[in-house]
Amino acid sequence: MYRYDEFDHQFVRERTAQFRDQADRRLKGELTEEEFRPLRLMNGLYLQLHAYMLRVAIPYGTLSSRQMRKLAYIAEKWDRGYGHFTTRQNIQYNWIKLEDTADILAALAEVEMHAIQTSGNCIRNVTTDHWAGAAADEISDPRPVGELLRQWSSLHPEFSYLPRKFKIAVTGAPNDRAAVKVHDIGLRLHKNDAGKIGWEVIVGGGQGRTPMIGVTVRDFLPENELVAYIEAIMRVYNLYGRRDNKYKARIKILVHEIGAEKFKSEVETEYARHPQQTTEVEEKELARIAAYFAPPQFEKLSRFAPAFEDAKLKHPEFARWTRNNLAAHKVDGYTIVNISLKPEGGIPGDATADQMRLMADLAERCSNDELRVSHPQNIILPHVKKDDVYSIWQQLGPAGLATANYGLAGDIIACPGMDYCALATARSIPISQAISRKFADLDVQEKIGPVKINISGCINACGHHHVGHIGILGLDKKGEEFYQITLGGSSTESASIGSILGPGFAGHEVADAIEKILETYVKLRQPGEEFLYAYRRLGPNPFKEALYATA
Amino acid sequence: MPLLRNNAFVVDTWTHLGLEDKLPDGGNVVLPFQRLKNEWESLAKFPGQLGVLLNNSDHAGELEHFLPHLALVILPFPAFTDGRAYSIARQIRLAGYRAELRATGNLLPDQFQYMQQVGFTSFDVSDRFPLSMWQSAAKQMSLAYQRGLYRRTGETEVWTERHMEAAPWEEQPHAG
Ligand code: HEM
Ligand code: SF4
Repeated sequence: MYRYDEFDHQFVRERTAQFRDQADRRLKGELTEEEFRPLRLMNGLYLQLHAYMLRVAIPYGTLSSRQMRKLAYIAEKWDRGYGHFTTRQNIQYNWIKLEDTADILAALAEVEMHAIQTSGNCIRNVTTDHWAGAAADEISDPRPVGELLRQWSSLHPEFSYLPRKFKIAVTGAPNDRAAVKVHDIGLRLHKNDAGKIGWEVIVGGGQGRTPMIGVTVRDFLPENELVAYIEAIMRVYNLYGRRDNKYKARIKILVHEIGAEKFKSEVETEYARHPQQTTEVEEKELARIAAYFAPPQFEKLSRFAPAFEDAKLKHPEFARWTRNNLAAHKVDGYTIVNISLKPEGGIPGDATADQMRLMADLAERCSNDELRVSHPQNIILPHVKKDDVYSIWQQLGPAGLATANYGLAGDIIACPGMDYCALATARSIPISQAISRKFADLDVQEKIGPVKINISGCINACGHHHVGHIGILGLDKKGEEFYQITLGGSSTESASIGSILGPGFAGHEVADAIEKILETYVKLRQPGEEFLYAYRRLGPNPFKEALYATA
Repeated sequence: MPLLRNNAFVVDTWTHLGLEDKLPDGGNVVLPFQRLKNEWESLAKFPGQLGVLLNNSDHAGELEHFLPHLALVILPFPAFTDGRAYSIARQIRLAGYRAELRATGNLLPDQFQYMQQVGFTSFDVSDRFPLSMWQSAAKQMSLAYQRGLYRRTGETEVWTERHMEAAPWEEQPHAG
């Protein structure tokens, strides 16, 4: 894992002092709320329905156990004992006081964390594959580049007042788990025919009210040119992105309005004028960072772990959990453990301080001291010996963390919705709770197989409903909440935006509707065909009939 | 409106003219970019110094061939959230412009350091904030990760510092 050097430490300390001063001036009335707003937002502090909300960056989703314990401490000391892990690999605290914020930032700084640029019209926390460094299919760990971009984008003087927020995602594996095609910039690492590593640079994807799949502006950008090239993209966006209408201000709209070709040529012109001929410093910096991400000392183990296999035979519930919640590790004898934060009837992504501490302890003992936050709002132990898995499962159970639904119908992404969010048009948490109760029977979930159900409480799409296999969007119709269902979205390498199935449903009807959709799928699928592929083959009609045919 | 330069309030010695105002016989004169373009033939013979006021929707590229003849470029921030002029400033500096670059409009002390880093050297500020506030805002952060920015004494470029043995930024605009 990356460790701060003296510069990084000093940087975050100074930033915290700066924020303390700004918050003091606001509390004394020397800054208006309008003036304070962009300043607090660039430090992750939102004003929500009931209180301030603080969003803390978890760069590229990687945490040490010490950092996780600090998140638990903050939850207990300054919030109500829990935190909410988000789809952008951040954590949000929902009940924060302005007066406490600088102290919280100072506490974070002690463990090399911050809330810089987790909000505001600037470059946000860079996200990546939550299995980075562990996944069997990975070409190269994308986190060093994530860290390089974190540093480069931190308080970038030119790009701190962009037309709108800016999100960058990076993946180093062919199976895209970082949703790079629906980010402002998506970076996909791949090898060319000569065996060299480079980036596919994808620009202008996004969700929100106008969901779009990004376009490729460079197929193969040499690795060392990345910073300079992104700088050119950012400059074009900063100059020409729309500022007259905040709903049209994202880079996707610029790319769409001027056209991909024109956009590319603007970027290339800007890139050509870059004065710096060598990228020696960037390369050295990337190499310096990459050394921190050297793979841990894995033991030489056999692929077959007898104790693990034995435990599966003896305990069917454990076997079920391993079936659903483990993923292939690149090293024999190891596995990736996906801890579901989606207990039946729970709030997706929420974890209590005690749960955070337990996960931190397990990571310290059994996962090279590392945890990951995944964009589907779960926590991952990336490097676990198969022989440790049974004991981990036994400890997770009593803490409510052993739900065996990873990747299944109960593993729902949901935004905070009307329960917390000032922009919401409907609640999302109760909908997700109702669906997870409806599919409480894990046999049923397993029978259905992998499906992504994503819920947003308004058109801003924080819950990724556009790219859910089943997307649910909460709207307001004359004071009543109602929910629109979309099918066929995906955020992977074959990304697609879901299509609206038909008229919306009242809140209490949603779970039944989802059940009908999934029953229809089970009836019509071919052997081994997952929901998304069945939908792509069948189209919307059978699902429409199931939902809307007059009974 | 006070003019802030080198961390002090100073007197503005420039005459600001609109599209129609009569050109004086000499002195320091700032004109809108439109007028500079339209009247360049006669302006090129102007005996005093020339400056230009750009809109933040103007293209810096069009300004490039005028730059060697200018002693002042003014870029506006119509709202403090409108960050276009940061990029225009960098483009102008990258194009080799070395004279005064002025920010005008809605400026806040909290943005002062960013503006200096992209190459602004003078600031039309409002009376609302005392000089002391600008002075302390100027040194809130002593470190920046980005390379090739304008820096003053006491400010460190982290990546350059970490890799002293590597080639320096060629166009280090403000090494002194
Ligand atoms: C609770 C306070 C929140 C507010 C006020 C808020 C606000 C917004 C807004 C206004 C947008 C639309 C941006 C646009 O289309 O230009 C958006 C998009 C998004 N937000 Fe949030 N959000 C909140 C919470 C969250 C949470 C909890 C998550 C993660 C679970 C999240 C992740 C995202 C994502 C992934 C998008 C869509 C991607 C994009 O186009 O940017 N947000 N948010
Ligand atoms: S989707 Fe809407 S309701 Fe949900 S968190 Fe985002 S802004 Fe709030």
